[in-house]
Amino acid sequence: MSSAQAANPAFAEGAKLRVQNLNLVFTRDEKSIPVLRNISLDVSEGEFVCVVGPSGCGKSTLLNTLGGFLTPTSGSVRIDGEIVRGPDPRRIFVFQERGVFPWLTVEGNIGFGLFKLNVSERQQRVAHYINMVGLQGFEEAYPSQLSGGMKQRLEVARALAVNPDTLYLDEPFGSLDSITRHVMRGELLRIWEAERKTIVFVTHDIDEAVQLADRVVVLSDRPAAIQKIVHIDIAHPRDISSPRYLELRDGILQQIGLAHKI
Amino acid sequence: MNALAEPNKLEKFLWPLLATALFFALWHYLVIWSGTKVFPAPFQVEKGLLELLHKNVLWQDIGSSLRRVATGFGAATILGIPLGLALGWYPAVNQIVNPVMQILRPISPMAWIPVAIIFFGVGDKAAIFLIFLGAFFPIVVASINGVSNVPSVFRRAGRNFGLAPTQLLARVVFPAALPQIIVGLRLALGIAWLVVVAAEMVAVDSGLGYLVIDSRNSGKRYDLVVAAMLMIGVIGLILDLGFRRLERIKSIRWGYRDGS
Repeated sequence: MSSAQAANPAFAEGAKLRVQNLNLVFTRDEKSIPVLRNISLDVSEGEFVCVVGPSGCGKSTLLNTLGGFLTPTSGSVRIDGEIVRGPDPRRIFVFQERGVFPWLTVEGNIGFGLFKLNVSERQQRVAHYINMVGLQGFEEAYPSQLSGGMKQRLEVARALAVNPDTLYLDEPFGSLDSITRHVMRGELLRIWEAERKTIVFVTHDIDEAVQLADRVVVLSDRPAAIQKIVHIDIAHPRDISSPRYLELRDGILQQIGLAHKI
Repeated sequence: MNALAEPNKLEKFLWPLLATALFFALWHYLVIWSGTKVFPAPFQVEKGLLELLHKNVLWQDIGSSLRRVATGFGAATILGIPLGLALGWYPAVNQIVNPVMQILRPISPMAWIPVAIIFFGVGDKAAIFLIFLGAFFPIVVASINGVSNVPSVFRRAGRNFGLAPTQLLARVVFPAALPQIIVGLRLALGIAWLVVVAAEMVAVDSGLGYLVIDSRNSGKRYDLVVAAMLMIGVIGLILDLGFRRLERIKSIRWGYRDGS
């Protein structure tokens, strides 16, 4: 083990998701562009981890690598000790609401990944998750008839319906208005508390990270390395005007190099 | 729709109706003013249409033309969509085939008439072959474009849910490309309807195209010529309207700009 790894406070035994010495280099026009640099991170089962960092630093690239959509140049991503070699229904990636299938109804979208179940099981599962995300009455609606927030709920429901153990969320609320985002965070926490999935959540919104996460991983500018990991030691529901909240948030703002005065 | 849309609904029919009436009026007076003895006025065409109906030839000719279009266009659809999907799915193959297609595509089906006659003789098959050629390329090209324009998030989501490549094609790529494929089909049907008329003038002795040329050849009946022309136009319009209905299906119309 290298000294950098040993010094990493996130490194613990028995992790659900274990990222070891992950490096990723893109090659474009015969030039190598390092994007991820020596990232090591452990996420335990049922943990909610947010990844923040400067715009364009490689947050989404990291998430795509965790999800198996990109192959690391060196290092490894393991889930339950097993090396990730590609996308897998046990780990569902949630995009901004653009990922819902516009040619399917709400029911069709939620049932999309359930093709291995028989009809009655599928209907039961679909109904359960329609209720969970509050889309009752919209079963037959198409995504174009839904608001942005509803589409986002639909995509989360579609992901949850296949009962994955891990969810990767890539700025899921990025295109929603601030009120809807606020509501959606509450919904996501409620669902997370009910289902206890392991969640890795990429966001550019530091408040969002501090409101949601057990730990916030702060990435440096590109090539992204882990700059700091902040434990959010506030119980849910979180008071977003409490001194501790503001202290943690300001600490992360400082980490990223932002002043908290505009 | 809301109350504001109500007056528009009336106008939607009123103005086109007026324009059509104006067209017929203009036609009528142009015939009178020019003093032509050959070109028929609208009322003469109407008489001609009634005559064709009474002799029972009109329905038969319409039926023959529609049957040929259905066969040729149907074959182009059945072969063209899978080929287009496959070429869109494997861009490497598409690059190899593309030059050949780009050369064949701009050749008018009419240029194929001599070739069609060598292959199939003068008759139904030659006409259907020409319709097939006219419809085939637009369908293939629309399918290729449809597949290559499928947003990568859809493919990724499909893969994430554990779909095998064939399932991905059937459950994600095809429905995602369908709006564009439908546009290609509509275009192809329009071309097929253009080609059937021309093909019937040379290759067969039935159908609306034959009716046009036969009315001229057997006694210069220009009232019947124009009557057949009008029928061709009206049926073409009906076919197009039928396809537009298809574009309004909810699982398809998301793909068009005003489709929500």
